[in-house]
Amino acid sequence: MRTGGASKRHSSQRTAFTMLIAATIIAVLPALAIVIQIIISGADAISLELLTEAPSQAGKAGGILPAIVGTFYLMLGTIIVALPMGVMAGIYLTEYARDNWFTRSINLAIVNLAGVPSIVYGLFGLGIFVLLFHFGMSLLSASLTLACQALAMTVTTSREAILAVPKEYREGSLAVGATKWQTIRHLVLPQALPGIITGAVLAMSRAAGETAPILVVGAAFLLPGLPQSPFDQFMALPYHLYTVAAHVPGMPKSTMWGVALVLLVVVLSFNVLATIIRVRARQRRHSS
Amino acid sequence: MLRQRVDDATAGASLERRLRRRWRLREKLIESWVFLAGILTIVILLGIIALLLREGLPAFSYTPPWEFFFGTKWYPVSEPPTFGITSFFVATLWVTLVATAISVPIGVACAAYLAEVAPAKVRETVKPIIEILAGIPSVVMGFIGLMLLSPLVQSAFDLNTGLCGLSAGIMLSLMSLPIIISVSEDALRAVPDDFREASYALGATKWETIRHVCIPGALSGITAAVMLGVGRAIGETMTVLMVAGGALAVPISPTNPMMPMTAAIASGIGNAVRGGLQYQALFAIGLILFVLTLAVNLIADRVLERQKRKFAR
Amino acid sequence: MVMLALALVLTACGGSPSTSIKIIGSNTVTPLSSVWAEEFMSQNPQVSISVSGPGSGVGIAALIDGTTDICQASRVIKQSEIDQAETNGVDPHEIQVASDGLSVVVHPSNPVSELTIAQLSAIYTDQITNWEEVGGNDAPIVALSRDTNSGTHVFFKEHVVQMLGLPTEEKSLEYGPSVLFLPSTQEGIDEVAQNPNAIFYPGLGYVTEEVKPVAIKRTASDPGVLPSAETVLDGTYPISRPLLYYTDGEPTGVIKSFIDYCLSSEGQEKVSDVGHVPLG
Repeated sequence: MRTGGASKRHSSQRTAFTMLIAATIIAVLPALAIVIQIIISGADAISLELLTEAPSQAGKAGGILPAIVGTFYLMLGTIIVALPMGVMAGIYLTEYARDNWFTRSINLAIVNLAGVPSIVYGLFGLGIFVLLFHFGMSLLSASLTLACQALAMTVTTSREAILAVPKEYREGSLAVGATKWQTIRHLVLPQALPGIITGAVLAMSRAAGETAPILVVGAAFLLPGLPQSPFDQFMALPYHLYTVAAHVPGMPKSTMWGVALVLLVVVLSFNVLATIIRVRARQRRHSS
Repeated sequence: MLRQRVDDATAGASLERRLRRRWRLREKLIESWVFLAGILTIVILLGIIALLLREGLPAFSYTPPWEFFFGTKWYPVSEPPTFGITSFFVATLWVTLVATAISVPIGVACAAYLAEVAPAKVRETVKPIIEILAGIPSVVMGFIGLMLLSPLVQSAFDLNTGLCGLSAGIMLSLMSLPIIISVSEDALRAVPDDFREASYALGATKWETIRHVCIPGALSGITAAVMLGVGRAIGETMTVLMVAGGALAVPISPTNPMMPMTAAIASGIGNAVRGGLQYQALFAIGLILFVLTLAVNLIADRVLERQKRKFAR
Repeated sequence: MVMLALALVLTACGGSPSTSIKIIGSNTVTPLSSVWAEEFMSQNPQVSISVSGPGSGVGIAALIDGTTDICQASRVIKQSEIDQAETNGVDPHEIQVASDGLSVVVHPSNPVSELTIAQLSAIYTDQITNWEEVGGNDAPIVALSRDTNSGTHVFFKEHVVQMLGLPTEEKSLEYGPSVLFLPSTQEGIDEVAQNPNAIFYPGLGYVTEEVKPVAIKRTASDPGVLPSAETVLDGTYPISRPLLYYTDGEPTGVIKSFIDYCLSSEGQEKVSDVGHVPLG
């Protein structure tokens, strides 16, 4: 009877574990399937021409260079604004802020900002940057909009990275007479740098993939050249994918898949970069 | 001690005083910069609220709130235009429901596997793949849903069209999965080993331990994970725009083509004249969306705080 | 912070150089405008032209705001918009640059080959819901449309759903609640190509072998006409619309040169390449 009960419990454990594994497989399979599908369908369209030339014939021919460049400018613009702000805000929250209602409301604001839908950020960007500030439908408006969205992420990752620096480091530094800022600048920040950079790279990856905000703030369909100033219009990969999959008659399907592939590669390579930084930093910390 | 040394080393107390004053000034300056950066998040959040209110509230003077929320007629380009968002709201509920119903069981089960059962090697292989899923841009997901999923759904369920809430919900569940898995896994790992040891000591199997000790112990974290996944599903735009079908009828089943609130905004913002009635109505929808996701994320945050405090040592 | 301040200062010095042209507006006209822009820029390297969507409404708004040189539109400007323009000191000047036939397409396996405008209207207002009622199989009709971002949505509503110009004209009709509003024409074509019960109204340029155009009868006693460049030009095809450029006042300078190019025989040749119908 004892053994009967035990084996029954063991067999139900086996069943349960099988279901858990099945769930994991279901979770994992789509990611692989999607990536593989895009690679297979899009690989034909990838050529040097696609990557280095401007679109021609309304996007049916030529390349997507302006969209690639536009995406990189967007990522750059986003991070130039969101990273310093995020790091400084993270510093404030960890080093200077006292535990009062004010600080709690800042933390609350961060949580909320992280959850705002991207289309609402688009509306915000439209109302404030495009219209109120008169920046128009430009790289500047789009970058600022995406930066607002990225801010929650950069603040959070910076805060976590700075918090992870052991208290002893700070105390040691203050003990030899350094000021608070000197401690932060020369000791804490360098230690926290890998975590901060990881957050920045992830934020850039997110900015590269966002469509809804730039749909509202206004990416262009065709531009004669690359943007020369932040006030110029821009093209971007996600918007280009949406447009070629949608608004051009007779667009060859392989081109659509090709653009999807390029976008995927850009976004995922940043994710991989972030992971590498994070893993290497952890290894270094363990070895030291 | 340091001060004495500085005293000895510098010629004259005035130099020392000047140095320290400069340092203090610098500190103060930096402190104020950092403080400004700190409140930036609040400023932006308030800015979003202010803008949504400013552009969206006027919509309610044209359409009384009752009619706006419970009306089913959305004809923004007619003369006169009518605005009623019941269909959009119900559509958002449907796709969120489908997405949650799929992603929660699978996500929590997968998290349980990764946290409790999987060997380290498997974990290390699976986690990056899940992160890849998290990184796929929404427009690509929408594209895949359109090209691959919707024909499948149409034939599998014998529907008029595969562009429906079900297809959108399935794609959304894929997008919520990574966050549900990640946060649930963290929650499970936060359950102290002592609990597990105690359970084994009483003779329980691993599965019984997971089921009766780990998961209940991580419940608040798992709830938070679910809420974050829900928030993600509510706020997603491109995928539902391309896959959910875009019909105006109030959807009575997930297999109906429907238009969630996010898609409703995206579908009209390209045409809306700035400051016009349609523009105001779209901002009003944005306001409602904002409030909805705010509520969900606040709950998630509250629950996560409680989880952290529960197991803080 | 510093960057923002700098940017704000720079805004004061806004304004575009005279050798650049901005075209904003309808997604329908975007492919045509970009083909024209590309050719014009290769012939006139000192000019730069940018083309953007996302909709006729936004283009008209940009014209009223003064933030675009040319507004491309797939629908006619409304009186309320003209009034708004005039209060802003803008005088919208309309130039037709091409025509576009709206082809009504169904799945190739669908036996229905002709429809009257009245039947189309009934289909799109949910009054006819089964293909049987118009001579087809016993199957539900899946009516696809463009969403409100599109000038095409408005045009189809006025000219087909509301039957503008016909004795049966009915201004109060709206699209029915089960009509699907899609964000793009391509999506509609893809759906019709794989759904035997779907019906959609893409521009001529989108029609491929994967879908079957239906002949349209203006009234039950007229002959059914299939859409083509010829039938749009000679007016026998009932559902065609002008593609328009709007400028502030009569075009001058480089804008005039560009539009002259678009209207020239060389420019008009490009119209058929993109799938629209050149001016007669």
